[in-house]
Amino acid sequence: MPRTPRLHIPHPPARPGDKPDFSYVEISPAGAVPRPDVMTRLRDIERSLAFEMVRVLDENDAAVGPWDPHLDAHDLQVGLQHMVLTRLFDERMQRKQRQGKISFYMKSLGEEAVSVAGAMALDPGDMLFPSYRNQGLQIARGRNPVDMMCQLLSNSKDMCKGRQMPVMYHWARGNIFSISGNVATQFPQAVGWAMAAAIKGEDNIAAAWIGEGSSAEADFHYAMTFASVYLAPVVLNIVNNQWAISTFQGFAGGERRPFSARGPGYGIPGIRVDGNDFLAVVAVTRWASERARRRVGPTLIEHVTHRADAHSTSDDPSRYRSKDEALAWPLGDPVERMKAHMIREGAWSEKQHVELVETLSRLVDDAWEDAISYGTMTEGPWLDKNELFEDVFKDIPPHLIRQREQLREMED
Amino acid sequence: MARMNMIQALNSAMDVMLGRDPNVVLLGQDIGFFGGVFRATDGLQRTYGEHRVIDAPIAEGGIVGSAIGMGVNGLRPVVEIQFADYIYPGCDQIISELARLRYRTAGDFFAPLTIRTPCGGGIRGGQTHSQSPEGVFTHVCGLKVIMPSNPYDAKGLLISAIEDDDPVIFFEPKRIYNGPFDGDPDKPAVPWTAHDKGEVPEDYYTLPIGRAEVVVEGAEVTVLCYGTMVHVCKAAARLAEVDAEIIDIRTMVPLDVETLRTSVEKTGRCLIAHEATRFSGFGAELVATVQEECFYSLEGPIERVTGWDTPYPHAFEWEYFPGQKRVAAGLERVMEAG
Ligand SMILES: Cc1ncc(C[n+]2csc(CCOP(=O)(O)OP(=O)(O)O)c2C)c(N)n1
Repeated sequence: MPRTPRLHIPHPPARPGDKPDFSYVEISPAGAVPRPDVMTRLRDIERSLAFEMVRVLDENDAAVGPWDPHLDAHDLQVGLQHMVLTRLFDERMQRKQRQGKISFYMKSLGEEAVSVAGAMALDPGDMLFPSYRNQGLQIARGRNPVDMMCQLLSNSKDMCKGRQMPVMYHWARGNIFSISGNVATQFPQAVGWAMAAAIKGEDNIAAAWIGEGSSAEADFHYAMTFASVYLAPVVLNIVNNQWAISTFQGFAGGERRPFSARGPGYGIPGIRVDGNDFLAVVAVTRWASERARRRVGPTLIEHVTHRADAHSTSDDPSRYRSKDEALAWPLGDPVERMKAHMIREGAWSEKQHVELVETLSRLVDDAWEDAISYGTMTEGPWLDKNELFEDVFKDIPPHLIRQREQLREMED
Repeated sequence: MARMNMIQALNSAMDVMLGRDPNVVLLGQDIGFFGGVFRATDGLQRTYGEHRVIDAPIAEGGIVGSAIGMGVNGLRPVVEIQFADYIYPGCDQIISELARLRYRTAGDFFAPLTIRTPCGGGIRGGQTHSQSPEGVFTHVCGLKVIMPSNPYDAKGLLISAIEDDDPVIFFEPKRIYNGPFDGDPDKPAVPWTAHDKGEVPEDYYTLPIGRAEVVVEGAEVTVLCYGTMVHVCKAAARLAEVDAEIIDIRTMVPLDVETLRTSVEKTGRCLIAHEATRFSGFGAELVATVQEECFYSLEGPIERVTGWDTPYPHAFEWEYFPGQKRVAAGLERVMEAG
């Protein structure tokens, strides 16, 4: 008997060969969403924040409305610089992977504002729990690109001592937690870090980032429950870049409701923000961190953005999505928009931009030369092979001492 | 017959079963439109439709849990977990539910799931794309556990797994998807075309679950291995110039004790090799079985060659991997003992 299936299967609006179609992305005009006081009761703000879109930069590149964070020229320049550096770093490292110099890479092209603005809106003592596509957090916190490259190379100066795949950085002194290859695990961990800060009576808060695809994992929901139950001082960010690997955001539950709207379901305000609008991301992150710091509670932020390049160097997006998506993305490019705004404000010029790109390109190239002097995949100096057995435990137990000796004997 | 690599053989097995049984459905991340990150389900959604080859949210617990519900409601789900390293979020559903459903309901409910998942290292995947967690699952009663070492076995065993009414965890050593790998990363890759098990019937056939295979006959020592290590052990025996009898375990649960016993009684010596970590690894079960069954035939202690008891590193991949040299050294130790 032939069957007539009735199960709903989500369909992205465009596949390879189709014209990109982002008409499903609901966009509010810049300046249209009111900015409530952070003490406002959830029920009075949940609709406007979770279903509209906070935007500051308008079509004429002016900053408008109640969410304008009023950054001075210096802060604007710093923000732009971090975004440009993130982009150049990505572009160069992808090239190194193509040349076989590193084994794997993941770019954040088109999403730079999410991480850079997020880091700049938080305090240096706040603890960040990134996913693998938040290199902008590291850059904005001032991490030396050489250190990041040494991790990519698994060389003698790798902060992970060769134990993690490329891009899985951590930075204890910079208050950036270790990136896991298993998605979503950082979300409840960030909530726990924030709970500990509250238990200890300390003022620092935590922030975490997760891809919209990964928000399907149970860990996301654990995080929301714990954050809500304990009113943990944490900022929880969903980066909705429209695609997981080959599945679009509808496969994570985004077809009929924005991800931000999950917040109110848990008793947590959700804010939907234009993730390619640097100023808007700064503003909502400040609002959320103020809520956390003033002990009002956690906030969920959905950053609406677009993954402009492949998922990773192992991915080929031309197999599952339309080629011209990045050009058709209605919220534009975060670097271009910021630059246009700054030029309009008289805080920047085309000439300065060209110089910045040149300077930062040189910085990245010099950093690479420096990094490879600590070893590459094919040339020393090498990590000490004994390191393979360290840090499984605090103190190495007898069976690992034995195995370490066996390896040494094999090598002789 | 056709020449197939392991991916094509697995694809063919699923193709055959989707065609034969309307209750077979596939569920997993990126398996539908895209055809899977390793392309194991390439083209199947086009042929059988999106209600049979279903893309899933990134939630392994949700995938396994909902597949159990589908199985209880008459379907025969074949789940793909993108990497074995990502099976853990699904573990409560696998261990507490799937494995025990038949037992706790006295046979009134069961879920005939097959969970396919790529495992093993040697691909520069670091600690979250290289694990071999078979021992975690062989320790759970109620799960059948399989790891094939070649395209022919992969297809026959996968079809058997799908038809089996018990849950099966089906590990696919990803390093040998495209060709047999003998543990030497400096040698150029060899395709499956030159291997006799790269010859695969296009139609339906099955291999029995619970049967090991003697892949090389020998007189001096029995080598018990599975997955990628079958190829490594063959090369290591040549390197050590030992007349080894190499047995591909193929199905860890249920284990083919008879084949192991017959071989060890003949050779009097035994080496066990796996890529997974050593402590409480599946090799420990094999050691125990061999000593229980063949103690009086053994001429020396049983040797184990395994991954080290550390996470799988990104650097030092080949120091970690139990390659030819380590197995050959193990063989020399077994031969010298007693
Ligand atoms: C637990 C787990 N399951 C599956 C994967 C494989 N995987 C890695 S990234 C990814 C897609 C994640 O998409 P999203 O969360 O939207 O983040 P994006 O890559 O778009 O930034 C998948 C399925 C994984 N790393 N961990």
